[in-house]
Amino acid sequence: MINLSINGQQHSVDATDDTPLLWVLRDLLGMTGTKFGCGIGQCGACTVHLDGSAVRSCLLPVGSIHDRAITTIEAIGDTPEGAKVQKAWLDLEVVQCGYCQSGQIMAAAALLKSAPHPEDADIDAAMAGNICRCGTYVRIRAAIKQAAGPA
Amino acid sequence: MNTPLHGLDAATSRREFLKVGVAAGGGLLLGFALPRGHTAEHVGSAVAPFAPDAFIRIDRSGTVTLVMCQVEMGQGIYTAISQILADELDVDFQRVVVEAAPPNDALYSNAALGFQVTGGSTSIRVFWTPMRKAGASARAMLVEAAAASWRVDPGSCRTANSEVIHEPSGRRLAYGALVDRAARLTPPKDPPLKARKDFQLIGTPARRLDSPDKVNGRAMFGIDAMPSGVKFATLRSSPVFGGKVAHVDEAAARGVPGVRQVVVLDDLVAVVGDHMWAARKGLEALQIKWDDGPNAAVSSQQILDEIRAASERDGAVAKSVGDVGKALGSDKIEATYHVPLLAHAPMEPMNCTVHVRPDACEIWVGNQVITRTQAIAAKLTGLPLGKVLVHNHLIGGGFGRRLEVDMIAKAVRVAQKVDGPVKIVWTREEDIQQAMYRPFYFDRFAAALTDGKITAWSHRVVGSAILARFAPPAFVKGLDADAVDGAIDFPYDAPNIHIEYVRQEPPAVPTCFWRGVGPTHNIFVIESFVDELAHKAGKDPVQFRLDQLQGAPRLRACLELVAKKAGWGQPLPARVGRGVAVQSVFGSHLATIAEAEVDQYGDVKVRRVVCAVDCGIAVNPNTIAAQIEGGLIFGLTAALHSQITIAKGRVQQSNFNDYRMMRINEAPSIEVHLIPSEEAPGGIGEPGTVAAAPSLANALFAATGVRLRQLPVDRELLAGKKPA
Repeated sequence: MINLSINGQQHSVDATDDTPLLWVLRDLLGMTGTKFGCGIGQCGACTVHLDGSAVRSCLLPVGSIHDRAITTIEAIGDTPEGAKVQKAWLDLEVVQCGYCQSGQIMAAAALLKSAPHPEDADIDAAMAGNICRCGTYVRIRAAIKQAAGPA
Repeated sequence: MNTPLHGLDAATSRREFLKVGVAAGGGLLLGFALPRGHTAEHVGSAVAPFAPDAFIRIDRSGTVTLVMCQVEMGQGIYTAISQILADELDVDFQRVVVEAAPPNDALYSNAALGFQVTGGSTSIRVFWTPMRKAGASARAMLVEAAAASWRVDPGSCRTANSEVIHEPSGRRLAYGALVDRAARLTPPKDPPLKARKDFQLIGTPARRLDSPDKVNGRAMFGIDAMPSGVKFATLRSSPVFGGKVAHVDEAAARGVPGVRQVVVLDDLVAVVGDHMWAARKGLEALQIKWDDGPNAAVSSQQILDEIRAASERDGAVAKSVGDVGKALGSDKIEATYHVPLLAHAPMEPMNCTVHVRPDACEIWVGNQVITRTQAIAAKLTGLPLGKVLVHNHLIGGGFGRRLEVDMIAKAVRVAQKVDGPVKIVWTREEDIQQAMYRPFYFDRFAAALTDGKITAWSHRVVGSAILARFAPPAFVKGLDADAVDGAIDFPYDAPNIHIEYVRQEPPAVPTCFWRGVGPTHNIFVIESFVDELAHKAGKDPVQFRLDQLQGAPRLRACLELVAKKAGWGQPLPARVGRGVAVQSVFGSHLATIAEAEVDQYGDVKVRRVVCAVDCGIAVNPNTIAAQIEGGLIFGLTAALHSQITIAKGRVQQSNFNDYRMMRINEAPSIEVHLIPSEEAPGGIGEPGTVAAAPSLANALFAATGVRLRQLPVDRELLAGKKPA
């Protein structure tokens, strides 16, 4: 059994050490907000936070996590950055199909935590790992700036 | 669990409905979602007291349920159709409950295509008037019910915010209090529709109904379905199209922890496990020997050679005006273009959850053709249609891929071998390599210029006939209406026009619609060749077009506006260019100017795209802008990065590392300018995609002098490393 701290709650799961966190979240714990997109860390749909930093859960073996705190899209609204990002996403109507947006929001919330007033280059660096097939990039950029507020 | 709708908190239930639009076989069933991890169940019959048609139900509590005949895949249609219904019905938009329609071609057919389907940017065009009438009819019945109870003339009553109001006496009755009486009335044949000036929701940037749950992880896509006891599977089909399984050694897979079952069918192998990782590891551990079959030598070169040869043949005539042969004369200008196979690669990989029981089949999926989903499952299982229950979900990207049911068929066939529900999820590699593809097209042009204007235009389109397979009655006398869509709408004033189509299917490769369908390819080649003609004539590309759009005033107005907004003609640095493209497709008119920069290595930076749009009455202007923005990115992605190539009968691309997507650091700034219009609404899901490649290619010509006659953009050509 592997013990995980997810969104402030302790979970014990029956999985091998090499199982990526993504499948533990989705298939074993039924937390389907975190999405599968590529399985090779190319698209960012599976992004979660590990101690507040964005990581790709499709490549993160659960055996390597230990007691570090996992935060997923289901609870990111409880953090100040997550709440601001979600509100900006709604205010600017960023979402289209929405499938990638869990990962986009997790990446944006981590960005605002590390850089409260990101420049365009910061946004590019933090968000280029997240693909949106609907092409909502223009609004993602604007929403991150809105969430950051005036510098 | 049988929970009648009324009594549910409207806000909660709207959220629940959006999470799982439960659709069930036949008739008007109520659907609702249960908390995460449980199976949604169904109520056997409609209990709403007032259901004047298949689109509206109002219960005694006043809860208004709007049944969505079109699926939500990001295009904002749940919100737009709700705006139309709610406006004519005069109900509080924030309190409506939205649910997905069950499979029923009789009730929910898309008149443009003849069955229940979401595609071709048809939703608003087709359902604009029916939805207005549905709303107006229900409203008229509620007014009649109130007037009767007050014994007053219905003409003296008005409605607002889910109430009927009798102005002279100040009396009011909420819709919920009128439903029993209204349910006994006959719907009026021709209910009065609102005048344009009275619209309260139509034309406003109403908030999307699906967004709140898409920012907090609660939205339920097909891949998120979790019926009780579900197992997880992934599959591999023959890597060569049409190949078969020759032999499978299961031993190693069975040793993988969590693997439960190996399913071997004639053309695919699936591994079932406790979770996707176990299934995937099990699949990788299998030793599969394939019989490649007759297509093991198919290559991209063969596809190109065959289609080029086919382009020499005469085709079915799609349009012929004047005498092109004579008008072309001896100074004709000729060019050929071709565009590659493309995968759709929606962010939600193909998936389908199926539970096959002896007496029924239950399916959880997000699909654009829900009745076809039901029908293929019925056919494979031998069950009657009514025993196939389909739960349609929000779609994590369709783009045409989910107009097909090949993935449903594979999933049902696997599920027939599995005891209990099984969720089959395609790996991204399988999603890209075992797909159906945008056809490879080849185009042959000839034109003549006289005094700076096109006097003869000849265009031969060569490629797959998707309609011949998808909707056979639409394929008439060798002519595929989709393949020439956008080509026969040639907007310029040329007196002699001849357009032909030659059907040429690529060997082995299955083809299907891709966002922008026929026009995505046709407008690229047409607007590129028109640009060639402008330069040949020594004219400014915008002026050349304006001079020949006398018969297309709406398009002309778009072009004038976009030229102004984009600063057409203003100086640019070296190796930066602007390109223009115009189009009148899907009932909407667009003019687009892209600005792009090319470095010495041929790398392209798209700096800015400006688009002027006349799509008639704008139901939701914010959604329209979003669709243009996203559509442009989708089209730019393909133009810059995308092609599916075939070697030894296999697709060579596999994931986002080699089937690249545009990312945020590459995305241009985009401006969308809507032209106010009183015309009927046009389609908007696809025009942005159509506009991308031609405006970009023309910008790249302006930047470098290199004419790109094939896609994707060839950086070596732009860098001057090989001859054009």
